Amino acid sequence: MFFTHAMRTIMSWITENKVPIGDWAEDLIDGLIEHSGEFFDYVAMSLEFLIQGLINALLSLHPVVFMLLVAALSVWRQRHWGTALFCGLSLMLIWNLGYWQQAVETLSLVLFATGSCVLIGVPVGIAAAHRPMLYRFLRPVLDLMQTIPTFVYLIPTLTLFGLGVVPGLISTIVFAIAAPIRLTYLGISEVPPELLEAGKAFGCTNRNLLVKVEIPAAMSSIRAGITQCIMLSLSMVVIAALVGADGLGKPVVRALNTVDIAMGFEAGLAIVLVAIMLDRLSKSRYQ
Amino acid sequence: MIEFKDVDVVFGKNPERAIPLLDKGMSRSDILDKTGLTAGVRNASLSVAKGEICVLMGLSGSGKSSLLRTANGLNPITRGEVLLETDQGMQSFLALSEAEKRKVRMERITMVFQKFALMPWLTVAQNVAFGLEQKGLEKKHIRDRVMHQLDLVGLTQWAKMRPSELSGGMQQRVGLARALAMETDIILMDEPFSALDPLIRNQLQDELLRLQQQLQKTVVFVSHDLDEALKLGNHIAIMKDGEIVQHDTPENIVLNPADDYVRNFVAHTNPVEVVKANALLRPLGELPMVNDEYCLSRRHDYWLKPGETPLSCRVRYGSQEHAFQQWSPGQTVETLLKQPSLVNTNTLMKDVMEIRYHTGHGMLVVDQDSVVGYIGDKDIYHAMLGKLFEED
Repeated sequence: MFFTHAMRTIMSWITENKVPIGDWAEDLIDGLIEHSGEFFDYVAMSLEFLIQGLINALLSLHPVVFMLLVAALSVWRQRHWGTALFCGLSLMLIWNLGYWQQAVETLSLVLFATGSCVLIGVPVGIAAAHRPMLYRFLRPVLDLMQTIPTFVYLIPTLTLFGLGVVPGLISTIVFAIAAPIRLTYLGISEVPPELLEAGKAFGCTNRNLLVKVEIPAAMSSIRAGITQCIMLSLSMVVIAALVGADGLGKPVVRALNTVDIAMGFEAGLAIVLVAIMLDRLSKSRYQ
Repeated sequence: MIEFKDVDVVFGKNPERAIPLLDKGMSRSDILDKTGLTAGVRNASLSVAKGEICVLMGLSGSGKSSLLRTANGLNPITRGEVLLETDQGMQSFLALSEAEKRKVRMERITMVFQKFALMPWLTVAQNVAFGLEQKGLEKKHIRDRVMHQLDLVGLTQWAKMRPSELSGGMQQRVGLARALAMETDIILMDEPFSALDPLIRNQLQDELLRLQQQLQKTVVFVSHDLDEALKLGNHIAIMKDGEIVQHDTPENIVLNPADDYVRNFVAHTNPVEVVKANALLRPLGELPMVNDEYCLSRRHDYWLKPGETPLSCRVRYGSQEHAFQQWSPGQTVETLLKQPSLVNTNTLMKDVMEIRYHTGHGMLVVDQDSVVGYIGDKDIYHAMLGKLFEED
């Protein structure tokens, strides 16, 4: 009798006293906005300015000029005429379907996100490979960044940076940056020890060891990280569109809301074509 | 010139903890049990002169590579020091600053690795240039030196290839060229030929000897192959459990092994390339003397008539008398006549056998113009059967 009563008290105590995790997160974000709202506004403004500049620069090229440039780039990277032809035709189809501007916006977003990821991720990966303690701390953080559903951090980024391309960009970076960090870490920590010894024995300083031995030896792994990063960024296009980023995600969201099969299919096809092009262009045939 | 002085190398955290235990003479496994530390090398002293190849020899885990790597700082020294010859005389490597160590690695001491350790993304020529670029030399100067080195090891036409396109033997030639390009006095070689097949290994050993004759470097060479050690080394240091058990000439290692460990090592060596005439000979005093003639073989009626000088000695074979001819190292044996010969004390057993085979006679061993002994068939068989190595 007494036992069941105690159990009931404990159970009701558990259900009635909610742990305020959600409130804590909200307080944290509110606090950030209150204390450094201006800072986030400033960051949002500058990022928006930069990415808009990139979009405008790419849009200022005539589609035909753009096609030729991409074809030339693919010939240089792959030494393969078929790929060049594919890239040219894909762009022509996107142009024909009327998604040129959106495609260029998406491309800019992906390039910008990948560039930021590489700029931050590669040095972090190198540092982690050199400092086991740092990696031990970093690993759960990276796991978290990749497993938390994207929408969850879309909400705070939205409140911090406001509607538009910036929260989409930030979310994309959070989602995609783990790939270059992990693969750079892997590449650097798997440099054969005899190469490091050789470098040292022939008079490398620590800096030279990094630039002349470690990074070249890890290059194929780092490249794989960059390619993955591009693909992950591209996969965020539709989600970024939900918070107001321009690009091929917008017509997909609109098509979803209006049940417009035609538009959804066209925009989806355009995304796939951009993905294949980026994948081909980011890989060199001779690695 | 390079000198290792009482070097201890201990691996693990806070290696100094092992020092008192080393001093107490504790064994490697006891130290590992007690402290978790590995005593790689203990109390090793060794000096290698210019123009000499010293082979560090032992089974894997005997500490030979660990000792070698202290010479250019790839392994830390727990106690003791390594002295290198520099412009300021002998200098302790440990006492140098990081920048000075770097300078020493570029100007005094270089290394050839077991697994070649070539940079796979660089061409053969760029690999050879690797160390020269660290030195910050002019591009044109580097190019000239690289081409010269590639020429020296016979790889000129492969200059633009990647290492992966070359065979193992060729890759190690690149490793050798990369080291030689640094033009240092000291070269460390860490089992450089172990990964190669026997034919190529032999070829590269010959090549190393040829280059060494030309360049007169100070070479510290690690090997686990006794035949290689005997072939290349002017001196051999045999290591066991981190200690040097015997440091001696190849001949002495084979003839006077310091303990059972070394004796086991040399038990199956072919003496032909190692043993010299002074170990083979029978002293004249041990030969029976009849009527002022030494008896070389009673059954064959074969006698030695001593003379004033070695060349005035005669051999009597029944009623026939033969004069002696002089043979010196380097001379082709085929030029000798069918008569007995005089050889000096450091003639290799290989040459002794060839002379015996070609001339049909035994030979007298001469040391500083006086005859010290005789070598006949019996002495050659004695050595071939390994009886030289047995304790009497």
